[in-house]
Amino acid sequence: MRMPLFIALAALLIAGGFLLPQIVPNPFYFYAGYVVLQYVAIATGWNILGGYAGYTNFGASAFFGAGAYMAALLFKAFGASLLLQLLGAGCVGIILGVVTGYLTLRIQGIYFAIATVALVVVLETAVHATDYLGGAAGLPLLLPPPPAWFGGQPQYVFFVMLALAVSAVVAARWIEISWIGRSLRAIRASEPAAECSGVPTLKLKLLACAVSGCIMSMAGAPYPSYSSYVDPASAFSLTISLNALAMPLIGGTQSWLGPVIGALLMATVQQIATVTISSELNILAVGLVLIAFVVLAPDGLLGLGLFRRRQVS
Amino acid sequence: MLILNLGLNALVTGVVQGCIYALVALGLAVTFGLLHVPNVAHPAMVTGGSYAVVVTNNWYEIDPLVAGVLWTVPFYVLGVVLYEFYARSFESRGRGSSLQALTLFFGISLIIEVGLVVAFGTEQQSVNAGYVGHSLALGLVVIPYRFLIPAALAPVIILLLWLYLTRTNTGLAIRAVAYEERALQICGRNPAAIKRHAFGIAMALAVLAGAALAVTATVDPFAGRSQLGRVFAIVVLAGMGTIPGTLAAAILIGVAESLVMAFLSPSWAPGVAFAILLATLGLRPNGLFGASR
Repeated sequence: MRMPLFIALAALLIAGGFLLPQIVPNPFYFYAGYVVLQYVAIATGWNILGGYAGYTNFGASAFFGAGAYMAALLFKAFGASLLLQLLGAGCVGIILGVVTGYLTLRIQGIYFAIATVALVVVLETAVHATDYLGGAAGLPLLLPPPPAWFGGQPQYVFFVMLALAVSAVVAARWIEISWIGRSLRAIRASEPAAECSGVPTLKLKLLACAVSGCIMSMAGAPYPSYSSYVDPASAFSLTISLNALAMPLIGGTQSWLGPVIGALLMATVQQIATVTISSELNILAVGLVLIAFVVLAPDGLLGLGLFRRRQVS
Repeated sequence: MLILNLGLNALVTGVVQGCIYALVALGLAVTFGLLHVPNVAHPAMVTGGSYAVVVTNNWYEIDPLVAGVLWTVPFYVLGVVLYEFYARSFESRGRGSSLQALTLFFGISLIIEVGLVVAFGTEQQSVNAGYVGHSLALGLVVIPYRFLIPAALAPVIILLLWLYLTRTNTGLAIRAVAYEERALQICGRNPAAIKRHAFGIAMALAVLAGAALAVTATVDPFAGRSQLGRVFAIVVLAGMGTIPGTLAAAILIGVAESLVMAFLSPSWAPGVAFAILLATLGLRPNGLFGASR
């Protein structure tokens, strides 16, 4: 599929989402659908660094939480609109990604992974220590009413998240088929060889960190508007980090389609499962599935040939 | 005078804490430092060890540190089995990328944590021992025995491990295996068996560290999470594979943390190890005592 056609389809999907509140009356579907789309955005963002370049990020919730808190901060301090909150969160994600990446990526991938784990702890501690952000108790937000067209807050944030997720997928696909994606794949295959062939590895890794961090933080930005409340335990939750890693690995990390399939599949199952089983068992199940895929099917569902498709080159 | 008192107490607490941190980091110094296996599940294994010790202590009223020593044998076996699983999944097939190994251990640590939640609930668990609740007062400095006794254990265990690794044949083989597997084979040792053995030792060290942590404070299933950044910081700061360096680096981090806690704010202490880790990676990637790579 050519890129213009792909973008047209994506725009059509967003337009469909715009009309959906008029067709589907039950707000619960938007409530649940928001979470699924949020994971599509997070998994897609994670995959740009984790999948294309092969650098594991265990701290997706650090980026998500930073985005959510940046949005809450902008709203509390300046009453900023959701669009501005998204932009602010994106900037925070870029800064976090580049700083963490610059300090750790020069040596070995493993240190980057460890740094991202520690990043979650540090950011959560920082929020706990900041009274202005509500500390451990969390920060309730008195939100302005959503635009009348959408009929309610769930529908509105659903649409925003749909636009964000679709844009993220378009960006990921563009990166994948452009020279950036080729270079990142070269880095994944062999970093010294890529460097010797003239690929500016550090710059590209930092670029991937920035884009990945930006998308994951922006995915967190509508969260305060979604729940009209934000607290450290849920914004920096382990479930987010785990899902961000598990979804692309289950779907397949080599192409943009993998995280989308993984996120749609796992998030839908989890949305159904949280009604019936406890969240601990949920994490346990995801952990087991993750191990099974890493050991038995390292290329994910796409690698199994269930979704055979033309190689993008 | 108050500053001096506070500073002196913080310094001593830091040294004592550092010794305990060294014990927690020791298993990782073997798996990550010597074998180059990125075992991010190590802190969760330590927490698992703490629970094993707490349960034996509460049921049979065995001293927690003795219970820890008793548990080293089952944990050694567990480590051997776990390494075999890891090796069959990755290393033998020759396509083990560190991304997948990391993910595997991340999944294992989740399973340990959630398994503990399911089995024991999220509430804090504690041990009973005669010395818990008493303190040693030396002039201005006051140290509770529940810190002092596990901390005194650390240098002993580190010395024993160091002697084992430098003075015995198998110890030398463990230190050699990550660098020159072929040469080891030519010398008549089986590299796979050596690695299994080393991983078993690391697990046994994890339960000893778990016993020490269970004595110092209450444990909960997610206790390992806050240790992860710190133990990797210690191993990296020490330099990969230096066992005595681990103790020095751990004490350095312990003192830095307790000084921050005493003079700035307790809420910033978890960031200290992280900052040290980043600074080490940026300025001196080989660590303080590591040989250049």
